[in-house]
Amino acid sequence: MTTVADMTISHRDAERYEEKDFGFWLYLMSDAVIFALLFATYLIMVGNAAGGPTPKDVFELDRVVAETALLLLSSTTFGIAAVALSAGERGKVLLWLAVTFLLGAGFIYLEIGEFAGMIAEGAGPQRSGFLSAFFTLVGTHGLHVSVGLCWILVMMGQVYFKGITAPVASRLMRLGLFWHFLDIIWVVIFSVVYLPGLL
Amino acid sequence: MDIFGRLTIDSLPFYSAVAASGAAVTVLGGLAVVGAITYFGAWRMVMTQWVSSVDHKKIGIMYIMLALVMLVRGFVDAAMMRSQQAIAYNNEGYLPPDHFDQIFSSHGTIMIFFMAMPFLSGLANLIVPQQIGSRDVAFPFMNSISLWLTTAGAGLMLISLVVGKFSTAGWTAYPPYSGVQYTPGVGVDYWLWMVFISGFATTMTGINFLVTIFKCRAPGMTMFRLPLFTWTIFITSVLIIFAFPALTVACATLILDRNFGFHFFTNELGGNMMNYINLFWLWGHPEVYILILPAFGVFSEVVSTFSQKRLFGYVSLVCATIAIGLLSFTVWLHHFFTMGSSAKVNSFFGTMTAIISVPTGVKVFDWLLTMYRGRIIFKPPMLFTIGFLVTFVIGGLSGVLLALPPVDYMMHNTTFLVAHFHNMIIPGVLFGYLAGYMYWFPKAFGFKLNEKWGTRAFWCWIIGFYIAFMPLYVLGMLGFPRRMEHYEIAAWQPHLIVAWVGAVIILLGMICLAVQLIVSIRERNEALDLSGDPWNGRSLEWATSSPAAPYNFAVLPKVESRDAWWDMKRRGVAYERPLEYEDIVMPKNTYAGLVIGVAGGIFGFAAIWWMWWLALLALAVIAGTIIYRASDDDDEFVMTASEVKEIEDARFEQLAKAPKNEMADEPGYAGDAAAEPAT
Repeated sequence: MTTVADMTISHRDAERYEEKDFGFWLYLMSDAVIFALLFATYLIMVGNAAGGPTPKDVFELDRVVAETALLLLSSTTFGIAAVALSAGERGKVLLWLAVTFLLGAGFIYLEIGEFAGMIAEGAGPQRSGFLSAFFTLVGTHGLHVSVGLCWILVMMGQVYFKGITAPVASRLMRLGLFWHFLDIIWVVIFSVVYLPGLL
Repeated sequence: MDIFGRLTIDSLPFYSAVAASGAAVTVLGGLAVVGAITYFGAWRMVMTQWVSSVDHKKIGIMYIMLALVMLVRGFVDAAMMRSQQAIAYNNEGYLPPDHFDQIFSSHGTIMIFFMAMPFLSGLANLIVPQQIGSRDVAFPFMNSISLWLTTAGAGLMLISLVVGKFSTAGWTAYPPYSGVQYTPGVGVDYWLWMVFISGFATTMTGINFLVTIFKCRAPGMTMFRLPLFTWTIFITSVLIIFAFPALTVACATLILDRNFGFHFFTNELGGNMMNYINLFWLWGHPEVYILILPAFGVFSEVVSTFSQKRLFGYVSLVCATIAIGLLSFTVWLHHFFTMGSSAKVNSFFGTMTAIISVPTGVKVFDWLLTMYRGRIIFKPPMLFTIGFLVTFVIGGLSGVLLALPPVDYMMHNTTFLVAHFHNMIIPGVLFGYLAGYMYWFPKAFGFKLNEKWGTRAFWCWIIGFYIAFMPLYVLGMLGFPRRMEHYEIAAWQPHLIVAWVGAVIILLGMICLAVQLIVSIRERNEALDLSGDPWNGRSLEWATSSPAAPYNFAVLPKVESRDAWWDMKRRGVAYERPLEYEDIVMPKNTYAGLVIGVAGGIFGFAAIWWMWWLALLALAVIAGTIIYRASDDDDEFVMTASEVKEIEDARFEQLAKAPKNEMADEPGYAGDAAAEPAT
């Protein structure tokens, strides 16, 4: 596991961080199962529009493309922050975390807009099994992104006040795993939910 | 907005004498605990040394205390059902249907989620780090969160007896009945939130133990030198990590249906109720193995120790455990053959179900062959093990019968099924955990449990079990549906009366367990475990003192073989005094886990009663605590070498007083490790 290049940490601490990273991977796997089941549920229910709106009626390509662009870009900027982290450049880490935060917040803003628009058109989650499954799957992802945004803020605070210490760097690495994981989930949402719905 | 949500004064149980007395017992029980702590002036000790502890041994003990309390509550439910059914021929009995339904729902929920799961987590916490030669689990603080969130779930269970009514939808809460259309009110919401919260805690426990066993083993402790109990916890952790998400999704979606008008499982607007049942059992079947594998682990340890022999077929036992773990994800549909899948689907799952009994059979033969030509010492844990072997095979056979879809169509939802799964879970899970409780009790507290009362408890449990459950097989074949509140067929009643007698005998077993504990505490000075190795044990947990020092091992053991401790005794390197000690870094105690648990419980209660402001407040407290804790880089302290030396010196002083081998006087004693030739 990469940590800050010129930082000396004890063997025991290194082991500790490795345990935490491994534990976090396990959490991500378990979370991936949650998403897998939500995807399966969505696929079962996508046809159950119950006379209400179907995927074609409610998805807007422009908005989804914008959401995708924001989220993928935020993964890139997080990558830049991680490079700055291993170079030990505190200012740059803060800057790129801030950019990542703004991109992620933009994604959430668009998603909330999407949801609000659908609900206003009478295509809320109470309308049909299809919409229940859609809101739950995409909403769960959105909830994760929101938690990730809070986590970015906390980590920015830690970098600002504590500097790039070994524990802070270790936490940032796990935040990175989380953030990229959400990106992968979004790619699957795009391919399984939006793309077939729009085609 | 109403600040109390849908909570009103009518939620208190003054509508029924039986319900009110249940509530009174719960409230008085809580007050008695508070009173006892105050009376003994123990608040400071409880707060600073127990509830704030991140020591895996103390967390383990608290888990098991929770499990035993909930065992009593779950047993009371069972006894009430047996009594009702014994008398309810052509009359209403003493329980109205609505109340009877709550009781069978809470019985199953308690026994699975708040008796068996905490018992499992407790034994794992107590023993696994010591068996692998580690000083703690990988994430001690997360361990504390798991404990207190599980307790929060159990707390909601107890509160449901006092405030509002519990679910009437059974422990599985199948829609559409569990949907808001057919079951309004808070009962199902109680069930959902307590399961959701404690499921979260269990997932964290699974992650914790998988990392611990993977990363924290002592030098030389390779995977194929791990004691069997640790192996079973390892596989159970894998199952937890992959199966519990299904429960989380099932609960979350049903919560959305009930509280926010979603249509996942409703009867109209495109709901699909069978999806819930698939999701639930996608968790539920692995859950059966999550519960039973650790019990298999306990039996493996016990049978080898008390047969005074190496475990027969170690590798085959490990492989069987892994095989069961994998196969457990391929059989869930056998819980609902009657859903009406095609014959092909049903026969696939029927076949897989028959196949999964093969590795289990391998294990049974391994245990038998461990006993073969061993010199068996009949201590209570060993009695439970032998009782398990005999009884479990009967349950397994009825399971193979139910695995045949045509048979299952006949037996579905009859008490034949009830008899079958109790026949697996009581000997398989409960006997295993009780054996573990009696086997490892000295390790936790430094004195042995009374064997006479342990033996009595065993005989009451096993005889009571047969008398209580064999009639249910017969009744099932006579067509008696499960969960019947009253009935009009005279032929059923005699069997139900016999089953009631069985329940009374099990009650005697419960009393024996209580007496055993009390007598053992009173007479503890006559049964002190000075050596830390009361059973002439084979695995590393017997290398530590009883109770173990906070750091377990002052010097990490070097493992060279399976049965590491036996091997060390054989080579004469056990109890070696190290030349010097070193500083040990330990996690600091913290109240953060307790705060998160309490806030989690308040969140659940608020969500059940629609007090959304309070739910948000509780979530904010949880988030704040986690952020505070995640920013605290000073969560460890150093125990200096001189402090360690002081503890270890006392330990060696005690060892000098201890008998060299506490089992040497037992009839059938086969000689100590030092006399055994090298293998």
